[in-house]
Amino acid sequence: MAKPNDLVQGTLDLLILKTISLEPKHGWAIAKRIQQISNEVLQVQQGSLYPALHRLEQQGWIRAKWGESETGREAKFYFLTAAGRAQLEREKESWKRLSSAIDLVVESAG
Amino acid sequence: MRWPQQLRMKALMLFRRRNAASRLDQELDFHLQQQVAENVVAGMDPAEARSAALRLFGNPTLLREEAQSFWSWNSLGKAWRDLRYGARTLRRSPGFALLAVTVMALGIGATTSLFTIVRSVLLTPLPFAEPNQLVMVYEHFRDQANLGTSPYNVVAPGDFYDWREKTNGFQDMAAWRPWGCTLAGNHAEMPESVPAAAGSWNLLALLGVQPAYGRPFAPEEDRPGAKNVVLLSWSLFQRRFGGNPSIVGQEVHLDTIPFTVIGVLPRWFTYPRATVQLWVPYSANFPVDKAPPHDMHESYVVARLKPGVTAQAATQQVSALQYRIHMEYQGRPVAEDALSRPMIEDVVSDIKTPLLVLFGAVTCLLLIACLNVSNLLVARSTARRKEVAIRGALGGSRLTLVREQMMESLLICLLGGTLGFMLAFSATHWLATHWRGLPRADAIHVDGVVLGFSIATVLFSALLAGLVPAISATGTALLAVLQDSSRAIGGSASRAGLRKILLTSEIALTVVLLVGAGLLFKSFVQLRTSDLGCSTENVLTRRYFLPEKQYNKPEMVLAFHQSLLERVRRLPGVLAAGLVSVAPGGGYGGDFVFTIPERPSEGSVVERDALYRTADPGYFSALQIPLLSGRYFTEQERLDRKLFVIVSKKLADQFFPGESPLGKHITRSFADKPETYEIIGVVGDTLHDVGDPIKATVYFPIFSGIPDRTSSATLVLRTSGDPLSLSIPVQKQIAALDPTLAMHDMLTLPQIVSKATASQSFSTTLVLAFAILSLLLAAVGLYGVLSYLVSQRMTEFGIRMALGAQRWELLRLVLVDALRPVATGLALGSAGAIAAGMLIKSLLYGTHPVDPSVFAVMIGSLILTALLASTAPALRACRIEPTQALRME
Repeated sequence: MAKPNDLVQGTLDLLILKTISLEPKHGWAIAKRIQQISNEVLQVQQGSLYPALHRLEQQGWIRAKWGESETGREAKFYFLTAAGRAQLEREKESWKRLSSAIDLVVESAG
Repeated sequence: MRWPQQLRMKALMLFRRRNAASRLDQELDFHLQQQVAENVVAGMDPAEARSAALRLFGNPTLLREEAQSFWSWNSLGKAWRDLRYGARTLRRSPGFALLAVTVMALGIGATTSLFTIVRSVLLTPLPFAEPNQLVMVYEHFRDQANLGTSPYNVVAPGDFYDWREKTNGFQDMAAWRPWGCTLAGNHAEMPESVPAAAGSWNLLALLGVQPAYGRPFAPEEDRPGAKNVVLLSWSLFQRRFGGNPSIVGQEVHLDTIPFTVIGVLPRWFTYPRATVQLWVPYSANFPVDKAPPHDMHESYVVARLKPGVTAQAATQQVSALQYRIHMEYQGRPVAEDALSRPMIEDVVSDIKTPLLVLFGAVTCLLLIACLNVSNLLVARSTARRKEVAIRGALGGSRLTLVREQMMESLLICLLGGTLGFMLAFSATHWLATHWRGLPRADAIHVDGVVLGFSIATVLFSALLAGLVPAISATGTALLAVLQDSSRAIGGSASRAGLRKILLTSEIALTVVLLVGAGLLFKSFVQLRTSDLGCSTENVLTRRYFLPEKQYNKPEMVLAFHQSLLERVRRLPGVLAAGLVSVAPGGGYGGDFVFTIPERPSEGSVVERDALYRTADPGYFSALQIPLLSGRYFTEQERLDRKLFVIVSKKLADQFFPGESPLGKHITRSFADKPETYEIIGVVGDTLHDVGDPIKATVYFPIFSGIPDRTSSATLVLRTSGDPLSLSIPVQKQIAALDPTLAMHDMLTLPQIVSKATASQSFSTTLVLAFAILSLLLAAVGLYGVLSYLVSQRMTEFGIRMALGAQRWELLRLVLVDALRPVATGLALGSAGAIAAGMLIKSLLYGTHPVDPSVFAVMIGSLILTALLASTAPALRACRIEPTQALRME
């Protein structure tokens, strides 16, 4: 099972940005969602998730607001800023370029 | 456009940091609760669910810190935490903190203060227009190098006029010469003697100076015989004329001649020195009927460089012209060459070395202070070794630990620096006002650069004092420390070694400072006690000057001199009285070049130069200057019967070796008409200036009464009691003869000497104070190291005692241990001191860089201090009770 720190540098950022692009989510939900969507392949550890969230917040890609969670407790919901949305597009682009490049190498005859 | 968001986060993190931290806890807790809830849903019981969640979650503190590490201002937060931590540690030992802060305050304060002065005096440009273009041009005699005098010789007016007229390398050249006169009001009221200067009409324009009131000299006012005009200095304008600008256009009397005030100089204009009270045109009192002389050296020439022409090229042109003048006046004292140097160098030439020496001394002091604090910190870090090791074992990074320790020294240096900066403020002010003879004292001020310097000094000191202890405290292998039995017998050898190295350097620096101070102090004492060549006890001197306008006939001058002598000789308490132009120690007082008709063309012009003095028949016996052969002047040798001179031993030895100069002649060649005088006596040498070598001197009879040559005189009195008690009676006698004569100071000979050596006195006292301070610091350092070593080895001493060691053996053990770094420091320091002595050689008088007595005294006092500092710990070691020591931890 691939651990997030085995992921290509910066991929976690892409995953987080993508996950909250539809609606605001709190940290727990982000981790769960990534796990779910990836069919349990990608497990995001708390030790990476929260530092990454706080870094993205400091960099201005995402913002947070406190709100009531589904269980009725106060939770911190992260959502994309306009700049974050643009950043997500850029990261997607570069991810596509990277993965197709890797594909080319891996699938090549030589 | 993400910067508004970033800015918002920054502000949030800065101002609501505590809130953010608790929010982060909440956020992480929420995550944990979600995990617990999920576990419960999966069928675990609550306790199990919780511990499983925690296991998955990992170390919450670490997680929190990792998340926080991305917050802005994080390093600031850490620094703040370290700062609080450092402050707490310092507060726990207030004695240490106080000592360290005081030491640093003294070091940083002294360094900042001296830096301010050095920078203002040596580096700040002169307050004139385009000061970099200004140079001073001097004459240069090729013989001067052989005679060991300064190569820069003052310029004769004739040379200056030729230079200005016939060369074009400089934009312009201006000249000034020292002057002095009796200033009085229109009705001869309030006569006072004022130092003055005579400057060429273009001097102010060349320097770019505008008078505060009125106008500068006009070219036609700077000609012999022109209308008399005067410019007042700001201080005279304020002091004597109450700052009332209506003085411009009015008349004052200088030497009883009316002069019209045409202007007042600005307040900041204190060139060449602050004591100059007024300015007259350069050619004032030049004779109308004679061309300006080429052999009367008295002027200073300021020149402004032309853009694109180097000083060297311009001076070369002047030099070539000077050589032609020299050839034209062969046999007269006219120099062969011209030399120039930048004006700023000229202004500070006398003070540069003393200032740099002082700056070196305070730098030494600062280094010693840093080493001392460093030493104290090492001692403290040793006590906390285990704590540091445990923290390291628990995952504290080395960087964090080093930073924490550094913060402590930074805190000490910051506190010390703040105090020191305040100290520097007052110290600089005090130095600037009390240092007599410090040029450009008015340029001294504390500014941003000084503040920057002192901040840099603080950081540098903190680094120096903190880095060594911090690195050594955290670097050791953790296990070794933790395994160290609490009952370690040997103590930590490496730690003690480090402290010994620090101590050795401290001692070495102290030796350099002590020996340097010792050399300067000895020079100063030699200066002060140098044998003037005459009796100095109970001697009172009083200068006076007879204005040539009133005293214009030899008979009148003679009559005044004689009546004054008769009157003061009758005063009770006066043992003897005499007259001389300049008293011993009273300064150069003018020289002249002579020839000896008995042996034509002997020696170069510069060599055939002697000091010019006039004296009355009673002068030599009054000051008890020994008569070596021949006789004194007689009362009959006066007015026209004047062609007799008395020479000093130096002159006799120099020009008449192995024979008697009596009956031989010397011819004065500085006047237009040569006059030949017969030598009638040889007297002992006197010093004209303490610190200067003895110079050949010729005494002419003051009773010749020739105005100009004899109208300036110094009355010398030998008294039976306190000479100063005669000041008022003597003043009354002078006023009774002529109430319009200016007041002058009544000085004893020692007062004259101390006035002349005031600047040396000042700098020597300072260096000595720094040296004593550093000696104290070294003693503190030694005491600290030794106390520590002894306390470390208490158990060992107890065992030794129990095994039968004698108390004196323990004492010796400790002392030897203490004195080893002292000995190494002494050896290194002595070498450094010799090097430093070579550097300050030019300041030494009557001693040399390797003066055994100075070395002996200074090293002796250092060893004594070291012994004193180590006695207390050593005694503690040998008084120990073995049982107690073995039980001690």
